[in-house]
Amino acid sequence: MSLPKRSLLVPTALAFGFAFLYVPILSMVFFSFNNSRLVTVWDAANSPTVKWYVALFQNEQILSAAWLSIRIAVLNATGATVLGTFAGLVLARFGRFRGRTLLSAMTTAPLVMPEVITGLSMLLLFVALEQFIGWPAGRGVTTITIAHITFSMSYVTVIVQARLSGFDGALEEAAMDLGARPATVFRRVTLPLILPAILSGWLLAFTLSWDDLVISQFVAGPGSTTLPMVIFSKVRLGVSPDVNALATLMILVVAMGVVLSAVVLRRSERRLERERREALAETA
Amino acid sequence: MAGPTVKVGQVGDPERFTPLWAAYYRFGPPRWEPWLRRSGAGRKLVIGIPLVWLCLFFLAPFFIDFKISFSETRLAMPPYAPLLEWGPDHALSFHLHLANYRFLLSDALYVSSYLYSLKVALISTLLCLLLGYPMAYGIARATPTARNLMLMLVILPFWTSFLLRVYAWMGLLRNNGIINSLLLWLGVIDQPVQMMQTDFAVYVGIVYSYLPFMILPLYTNLEKHDPALLEAAADLGARPMRAFLRVTLPLSFPGIAAGSLLVFIPVIGEYVIPSLLGRPDQLMIGRVLSDEFFSNRDWPVASAVAIAMLALLVVPIVLLQRVQARREEA
Repeated sequence: MSLPKRSLLVPTALAFGFAFLYVPILSMVFFSFNNSRLVTVWDAANSPTVKWYVALFQNEQILSAAWLSIRIAVLNATGATVLGTFAGLVLARFGRFRGRTLLSAMTTAPLVMPEVITGLSMLLLFVALEQFIGWPAGRGVTTITIAHITFSMSYVTVIVQARLSGFDGALEEAAMDLGARPATVFRRVTLPLILPAILSGWLLAFTLSWDDLVISQFVAGPGSTTLPMVIFSKVRLGVSPDVNALATLMILVVAMGVVLSAVVLRRSERRLERERREALAETA
Repeated sequence: MAGPTVKVGQVGDPERFTPLWAAYYRFGPPRWEPWLRRSGAGRKLVIGIPLVWLCLFFLAPFFIDFKISFSETRLAMPPYAPLLEWGPDHALSFHLHLANYRFLLSDALYVSSYLYSLKVALISTLLCLLLGYPMAYGIARATPTARNLMLMLVILPFWTSFLLRVYAWMGLLRNNGIINSLLLWLGVIDQPVQMMQTDFAVYVGIVYSYLPFMILPLYTNLEKHDPALLEAAADLGARPMRAFLRVTLPLSFPGIAAGSLLVFIPVIGEYVIPSLLGRPDQLMIGRVLSDEFFSNRDWPVASAVAIAMLALLVVPIVLLQRVQARREEA
């Protein structure tokens, strides 16, 4: 509105920006079907081929690393969602209390803290803990999961807090006035309201853990090699076509997940809106 | 069939009449609720669990980090000397080893990688802003359907693997990569241009990975602007460009600040992008830290590097905290 309607700056930036965001991803998908080992030279005679996908599913190292990453990601997402929901609830609804500034700072800082710092510090903590209380013994799934929960719970907190501040406290107050105890208010009123946020928080925490390389590298032990660590060591030596196939599969899963969750979210929003209208109609 | 009535274990069985049951009959079931509500124990628990977790696993490690940055390297596990130690003469000695920091300041490698990281972070923040601002502006001004679609397109890459998206650029930027092949085929160049392992590749990788962090806070800000303000400016005779510079731009300052900080702070310590795309002769500070740790196994120096990096980041992190708090209030 403020720039002249004829101005081409904004459309150009949008077109360029989206091309910039998506051309690299699409190029990976395209070349994952290439026959040539030289990733970026299209071998027209023998392509498209699915041989890199076949190779991927025969690679023991990648399969076992993927399984480990999935297990850690599920543990992490569940833990981070519980802790992050608590923190988000506390920051959005509990008013002033001692330690509020500290809690709010400690949920903002992990979002931006360079991963090398977080990774190193966590490792030093685990080593010190092992020295003094003997736990955690060695490094592996436990230490990776704790480290992942610590940085990904902040994302859940932000999502839950944003969702809660979208509703005023009137619904909870009404339930309270009708005699519901705090735990009941949470279970019957607050939880259904923030359920979409909790679900997307869980998915985001899963993705963050599934994706994390740097922190895992610091706190992993021998025998706990996650998928990003395998990919990184392959990729460091140069491009390799089976990584393209892996990327394509991951993009496919994510795209389906995002579309599905958008549909579910929209449906639940609509239902909430309809229920609210009906409730209003009844009172009128 | 008349059998004996089973009484064992039944409530009120006189043979099992313990003092606990007596209390139960006298006062009824225990009523935790009033006690919980009066003491606020439930509330404290809900506050306490995340607070304790973060204090233990996020805050405490920095103190350990700080402590170890003052200790001496040793060939042991863990490879550092304690600060407090019983000496051979049974005297408690306290070693404050400042050599790690002196080492950082004296060695040109550390100083140059520190400054280089700062330069890369500043320039890539600026580039993200230059590309992200018009995009956020366009999204905020689009029709609701187009807006939702574009927002989803901005967020979608965020859900796919960061590592793999950086890897994608390796295939594009290599000497026999897609961009060079395309340019050669078009006849624009007759020699492949060296793009991998240059500053250019690092900027491309960083802008590509961090662009959503710039666009989203800017969009949240720009979307809230009241169009009436711009109409008023136009009524008062301001040309669109002037109205933008005098109304929209100043109002979007909190969004610019939040987006810039969200890019600048993590980029300072970026490790993956410069390792895969960057120059081998000029390291960024994140790479130096992990080399000290993994290759040289020098934990105290790695800790000192981390503390030096944190010292640089404290002010931006506090600023970000302020900006976010103000946005929450608004």
